[in-house]
Amino acid sequence: MRASRAIQSVLRAATSSVGPDRNGSANGHKPYRYSAFDLVRHGFSQADWPRAWRKHDLKSSYDVVVVGGGVHGLATAYYLAKNHGITNVAVLDKGYIGSGGSGRNTAIIRSNYLTPEGIRFYDRSVKLYETLSADLNFNTMFAQRGHLTLAHNDSSLRTMRWRAEVNKLEGVDSEVIGPDEIKKLVPFMDTSEGVRYPILGALYHPPGGIIRHDAVVWGYARGADANGVHIHQNTEVTGIDVTGGRVEGVRTNQGDIATRVVVNCTAGWSTLISEMAGVKMPISTFPLQAAVTEPVRPFLDPVIVSGTLHVYVSQTDRGELVFGASVDPFTSYSMRGSLEFTEGLAGHVLELMPSLAKMRLLRQWSGLCDMTPDFSPIMGVTPVAGFLVDVGWGTYGFKAGPVSGETMASLVARGETPELIAPFGLDRFEGGDLMGEKGAAAVGH
Amino acid sequence: MILLPCPFCGPRNVSEFRYVGEVSERPDPNETGVEEWRAFLYARNNPAGWTTETWFHSAGCRQHLVTERHTVTNVVRVSRLPEAQLRGRQEERATGGNVAGDGGGAIY
Repeated sequence: MRASRAIQSVLRAATSSVGPDRNGSANGHKPYRYSAFDLVRHGFSQADWPRAWRKHDLKSSYDVVVVGGGVHGLATAYYLAKNHGITNVAVLDKGYIGSGGSGRNTAIIRSNYLTPEGIRFYDRSVKLYETLSADLNFNTMFAQRGHLTLAHNDSSLRTMRWRAEVNKLEGVDSEVIGPDEIKKLVPFMDTSEGVRYPILGALYHPPGGIIRHDAVVWGYARGADANGVHIHQNTEVTGIDVTGGRVEGVRTNQGDIATRVVVNCTAGWSTLISEMAGVKMPISTFPLQAAVTEPVRPFLDPVIVSGTLHVYVSQTDRGELVFGASVDPFTSYSMRGSLEFTEGLAGHVLELMPSLAKMRLLRQWSGLCDMTPDFSPIMGVTPVAGFLVDVGWGTYGFKAGPVSGETMASLVARGETPELIAPFGLDRFEGGDLMGEKGAAAVGH
Repeated sequence: MILLPCPFCGPRNVSEFRYVGEVSERPDPNETGVEEWRAFLYARNNPAGWTTETWFHSAGCRQHLVTERHTVTNVVRVSRLPEAQLRGRQEERATGGNVAGDGGGAIY
């Protein structure tokens, strides 16, 4: 491919002068290591902890510019530096890092999707998440408590069986269980038959769980910074210079940057950034709302999802119940909450667990979801050489953070699309090869 | 909550409506090529600003309507009949213009 060869040659020229540095000490910065001993030492000394990542002046040129300082952008930068030795990288965010989808999702990790391509991709992400705390020397608090997708009718039970079989074929731990087993896992669940939405069974996915999403963002930011990546917050991209079908630079409100490679890792604004490079996207932006209750004693171990009732519930380590729903019924860039959502959500949660009737909601918020026609992301090269996308993350972006970073970094460094993300190219829409991922959270069953 | 002005029923709760999507010109299936057709099917403008879109008043008059809505503020400045129906009538209905009155119709 012409575009990828261009990236490859550009990067080879750029990195040969810098030289790969795999020890995380580019620019002479020695990363601080957290340890139990240090925790005790700091407890006594009360000294300030060293800053996890540094602030830099915006340079006039970078080898790679990543737009979007969320988990995708930071992971891409981190793996570029760590796996491929490309350290002259800038991550730009118009707000603060993790202020978009990375800090607004419900932090659920799972890989029990429906399509083999989707399962393989998300399973790699789960594997990366499993060792992430150790890899980053940063506690991301990944708790693999199991994940239950409830079936309230015959057709959704059939979909669960279908998913379970495809999952098993791909080596993912996943099976359909009955109401008795569900009751054992979640004693507070109403599994009786005389309700409006009786629970007929569930897809049980033991490796699924929840994680502290801020910690994932900060961990990657710290890791990327330690490897020489520059993180620029409050830096909004205002334009992308394209000359003769190739990227020449990025304009920001903090100054212009000359670069040959731009990776669009934004969520919510991915259409607008792509438009700056002249690339049109099959994306519609919908808000998705979530809410959290006051903290209570731990009573809910697994993550509960009901596609029919459009709700997912999990209990955080602090004891708060986190509720999510499907996307709002119309497109919008507004992140304003609605009472309608809260009412609907509360009704649906009580349908599942009537004993929560007295729980009080602490807050609600919303994030922007870039929905694609086939509930799958858009990753890889575009018709503009040097402009790569990692967008269209709908309702499943956070759980894909590590694998997206790993594969996008590999694409930038090697110039060829990795096998794992080959099915997610932008050209699939022209070719009509859509994915049809019915295992996504936004899909009702 | 957002009130959406219907050219037939006046301002109604948005939950009564079904969102259909951006208004786009459908190419003639007999004339168009595969690329243009797929672009019509999948590509979206998805602007952060004013957009023209179709809604269906499913829990009301069950008519399609076209609005101009700002996707950042959700303010609706125009709510009217779809183009085809407008052309079919000699003049716009009395309610077919900006039913929202002064300064748009979406109210939180």
